Amino acid sequence: MIELSDLTKYYGELCALDHINLTIEKGKILGLLGPNGAGKTTALRIITGYLRPTSGTVTAKGLSIDRDALAIKRMIGYLPESAPLYHDMLVYDYLHYVADIRDLGDNGKNQRIRELVDICGLRGVMHRSINELSKGYKQRVGLAHAMMSDPEILILDEPTSGLDPNQIVEIRGIIKKIGSEKTVILSTHILSEVEATCDRVVIINRGKIVADGSTLDLKKESQSEYSLNISLRGGEVDAVRGALSLVEGVSEVQQTGSEDGARSFKLLCHTSEDIREQVYRKIKEQDWVLLEFSQEMKSFEKIFRELTRE
Amino acid sequence: MAVAGNVAHIFKREFRVYFISPIAYIVIAIFLVLTGWFFFSTFFLYAQAELRNFFSLLPIIFSFIVPAVTMRLFSEEYNVGSYEILVTLPVTYRDIIAGKFFAAVAFVAIMMVPTLCYAVSVAFLGELDWGPVFGGYLGAVLLGASFSAVGIFASALTRNQIIAFIIGMIICFALTIIDKLLFFLPETMLGFFQYIGADYHFENISKGILDSRDILYFFSLIFIALYAAHLTIQEKS
Repeated sequence: MIELSDLTKYYGELCALDHINLTIEKGKILGLLGPNGAGKTTALRIITGYLRPTSGTVTAKGLSIDRDALAIKRMIGYLPESAPLYHDMLVYDYLHYVADIRDLGDNGKNQRIRELVDICGLRGVMHRSINELSKGYKQRVGLAHAMMSDPEILILDEPTSGLDPNQIVEIRGIIKKIGSEKTVILSTHILSEVEATCDRVVIINRGKIVADGSTLDLKKESQSEYSLNISLRGGEVDAVRGALSLVEGVSEVQQTGSEDGARSFKLLCHTSEDIREQVYRKIKEQDWVLLEFSQEMKSFEKIFRELTRE
Repeated sequence: MAVAGNVAHIFKREFRVYFISPIAYIVIAIFLVLTGWFFFSTFFLYAQAELRNFFSLLPIIFSFIVPAVTMRLFSEEYNVGSYEILVTLPVTYRDIIAGKFFAAVAFVAIMMVPTLCYAVSVAFLGELDWGPVFGGYLGAVLLGASFSAVGIFASALTRNQIIAFIIGMIICFALTIIDKLLFFLPETMLGFFQYIGADYHFENISKGILDSRDILYFFSLIFIALYAAHLTIQEKS
């Protein structure tokens, strides 16, 4: 549906986007994840027509952003970072203004605004001036603005930044609901947000895409590295270390604690095979008492840190 | 192409916002006080039932007042960030510039409405020739529109409203006084410099003479300034 082809953007000497290639399909929630300054906002600004690329193309449904900018803008609802709305307008006036520009017509306008007030929870603030609103409410007005024309593509730049935990849950709920019918692209640097809301994740670092896949896939890819947490009674630290290091695939045995005569260890495993059985047998051989045995997948956070390390 | 509907919506919003802020009223008040004072302080000395001296004040006063009126049009949007929202709506750069331009011109026109009472007052005092008055107001609107266009260009250049004001004011001021400085300029260029002086053209119109060259001048100035603004915001992307 949206295709970024060899997209490059330079701010003077600084390369913000470095030959990005990305295809975004219809009807999914895509998370653009990356550290600050990675190029997420730049990419979104180019797709929405705010910035022009230095080279490369963006096409949406076959239309190109440099020739058919207006048509593409009609398809897109965009909420920039920090919801920079007009301070001096009332929420009511602002929504009407956006509805006018989106060509909704008088009847359609009132109905649509009523719907959005419900979806975004703006009932109590319609008469307030936008500069009086809290961040959470501003974000909601911004969301209403972006959804005004019921666009096929919704682009949200850090939609939950600066919100308190309750507000975050609400906004995520709204996004998930919309995402079930529309194409949503959201950018964030909060990992849990991506895991919670998105179907697909693209990790950007320093202008390049470093990972692309569904959250499950990315975790699976890291299966060649995981840890086993065990808790034993009866074995001396050195003996445990010696015995378990012999199991093929175990690269390191670390002691993580000891209490009540039981010692806990973390086994770092560098293998894509499941060696839990071998480890268990080794423990049984030594006749130690096994109190706890669990597997820990590489956390998403670790994947992210590794991919975006300096 | 500019979509007329969008231009109207943007115009409406900008125009309304002008009158929400107290700055608009302060600017109008300053304008009326300045023009009223300077006009009437010498009015009885001239003892002529005409508004010529009122209109002759306008170019200089507009050079300061109009850039103050237009300085926020783009600069504030850059600052607040709402510019990003505006550009990503289905509107063209032309829509945006046209909408803001018409709002500024409308504001300048409204600012002058109270001065009609000068015309009425003078008419009571003597035989007022309404031809030049009509010409004067027409010229004033054209002059106000031209300076608005320049002010919009200045505003599009920077996110700092003060700098936008200063740049706009300098350009308008230069255009106004350039035909007064002919004395200092090389002889071969005299005709050219006189032609680009805003005051020169304004004076003609305010005498009641509608010369196509003067009208062409103002429209050219409007076009050039708005086109420059268009190029500026295009470059910013």
